[in-house]
Amino acid sequence: MDDMAFLLAVSGLLFTLGLVGVIVRRNLLVMLMFLELMLNGVILSLVVFSHQLGSEAGGVLVFLVFVVAAAEIAIAVPILLLLVRLKRTLDPGAYAGLKG
Amino acid sequence: MNGLLTTLVLLPLVGFFLNGLFGRRLGTGFVNVVGVGLPLAAFGVAVWAWTLLEAQGGAPIIETVFTWAVIGEHAFEVSFYLDRLSALMALVVTGVGAAIHIYSIGYMKDDASYARYFAYLNLFLFFMLLLVLGRSLLVLFVGWEGVGLASYLLIGFWFEDAAKARAGRKAFLTNRVGDAGFLLGMFLIFTAVGTLEMDLINQAFAGGLVPVGIATAAAILLFIGATGKSAQIPLHVWLPDAMAGPTPVSALIHAATMVTAGVYLIARLSGVYLEAPAASELIAVIGVLTAFLAATIALVQTDIKKVLAYSTISQLGFMFLALGVGAYGVAVFHLFTHAFFKAALFLGAGSVIHALGGEQDIRRMGGLRRRIPWTFVTFAVATAAIAGLPPLAGFFSKDAIIWYALVSGAGGAVWLWALASVTALLTAFYMFRLLWLVFLGRSRMEPEVEHHVHESPVSMTGVLVILAVFSVIAGWFAVPDYLEPLLPLPLVQPALEHLHLAQVLFAVLLAGLGLIGAAYLYREGGWRARQWQTRMQGMHQLLMRNYFVDELYDRALQRPWRWISDRVFLRLGDRILLDGSLHGLAALARQGAAWLGRVQTGSLHWYAWLTLLGLVGVLLWTWRHV
Repeated sequence: MDDMAFLLAVSGLLFTLGLVGVIVRRNLLVMLMFLELMLNGVILSLVVFSHQLGSEAGGVLVFLVFVVAAAEIAIAVPILLLLVRLKRTLDPGAYAGLKG
Repeated sequence: MNGLLTTLVLLPLVGFFLNGLFGRRLGTGFVNVVGVGLPLAAFGVAVWAWTLLEAQGGAPIIETVFTWAVIGEHAFEVSFYLDRLSALMALVVTGVGAAIHIYSIGYMKDDASYARYFAYLNLFLFFMLLLVLGRSLLVLFVGWEGVGLASYLLIGFWFEDAAKARAGRKAFLTNRVGDAGFLLGMFLIFTAVGTLEMDLINQAFAGGLVPVGIATAAAILLFIGATGKSAQIPLHVWLPDAMAGPTPVSALIHAATMVTAGVYLIARLSGVYLEAPAASELIAVIGVLTAFLAATIALVQTDIKKVLAYSTISQLGFMFLALGVGAYGVAVFHLFTHAFFKAALFLGAGSVIHALGGEQDIRRMGGLRRRIPWTFVTFAVATAAIAGLPPLAGFFSKDAIIWYALVSGAGGAVWLWALASVTALLTAFYMFRLLWLVFLGRSRMEPEVEHHVHESPVSMTGVLVILAVFSVIAGWFAVPDYLEPLLPLPLVQPALEHLHLAQVLFAVLLAGLGLIGAAYLYREGGWRARQWQTRMQGMHQLLMRNYFVDELYDRALQRPWRWISDRVFLRLGDRILLDGSLHGLAALARQGAAWLGRVQTGSLHWYAWLTLLGLVGVLLWTWRHV
């Protein structure tokens, strides 16, 4: 059980780190990395819980989320590239006009 | 034969559809054949139905067309009912109607909307037959509303003229007031006896099963409906304005047939009125007052059609007087004779107007006797008939009414008799005044108009001659006796029975007095009449303006109602409550959206903060509740 609690704590820590990072950093690329960190925290908790339940479905789901995350980052980075080409900066404040 | 009555009713409707849909494209010949041929055919069918009725000794013919609705245990059927009363009405409606259709060929010849005119006229005939032949009050009511619609369409026939369109609207709205009473009366009768078939209603009331209070209330409510349709006080104001329509329409709808629908209704439901003496008394009083007041107004009118309009109101008042004293058959008798001579008078007036190229003011007429002799002769005969000179039609029916006003055991009274007699005198006077001013004396026409005066075509004068002949002989049919099995005459007060001959002589004397009075005042250019007019300026104004009833209604009803409509319904109800609540909701949504929109700044950090905030909130909530 202690392992479980420890792993969940790590998961929460990863998520919190990621969130704090997203909030405090002013670099879009770094913010994307922190986003991934948050995602990993969540996935870790998913793994822990599926293990606790003893269900294989949880494990399968984890791989699905990995694939989705990879696809997502594969889209996010090119978008970021295009944005940077437009304004030559990584500061998210410069792109606030995108809110519509 | 089965289906005869249905055919009779539907013939004019076919005419309406054919003329309304194709008349314009197919031209005058087609319109004439359909528009006049079908009413004539309807008249033929009516005669046929009548002979069948007589062949079985007057036992009613009932023809059920279809069941309209079944609600609970009550079935509402559309069925036609032909007894002697409705047969007489159907004959008058189709007979006089067909004659007026023929007359219209000449009168409306040059009108641009010829087909529309005949379509409306046929529509009117359809609804009038529905009204007359319907067995149930419900069917009668459909006809009742339908003739109102046709009347509205025909009064406002020349709707390009705003005043004429307004007159049509006034007629329609005034009738609605009466219709409210009609509907309420119908509901009350239905709750009291559980049926709307009029013969069954009469039976139920005659059986004495209905309390007097309910009978009186129902009788008065239905009478309110009748005052609207038949232009009795206080709903008489629409009829003079209704003269805005083409003259044959005034003859057919606003003299001979539609306005007598109220009389027919009350005669049809005589069983109800026999059980409601108080309501009958009210009818007699309203009738005699209407007759008298309308006759006084007719004394001073200068528009040839307005004189006839007030005369119609007055004669309808006579009919209601007869109904009020229980002489239902006599009322129908007067309805019957009146249809002929009043149609003749209106059509004669139409012929005069036609000859003078649209002139209606009798002050600019005179001396037309030699120029349009056929019109003159027929008009004179009809005038004598309405004035009550023996042996013409009006003499018999009006004399019978005045007689029963005195001697009826069901509400006859001396004052009713006296007022009716004075009215008879006034009738003779104003009709001969009209005759004198239009046809006799010297011409007061504009030279230009006078040059063009011409007698009307045979299609018009022929009809005038037919109607004039009936104005002579219609009184020779003993209609009250013919209807006696259906509508028993009231008992005569025995103490007064011996006075009948004296009353007849008195009535003739009155008619003669009216004639002599009019001749005295209006001969030699009418200087005596003018002298009287200047002497009684105030009285003259009062009569010219119809006792200021229109002004009174304007002040007492229209303006307050307009104020309420404007302030309460439009400004408070519509603008503040309805519009206000909807606009308020819209404004709330807009404000809320604007406020919430501020959250979306476009700053990713701000979003992240919000996510954190939400997360903390969720965690706190879970901690508290799970």
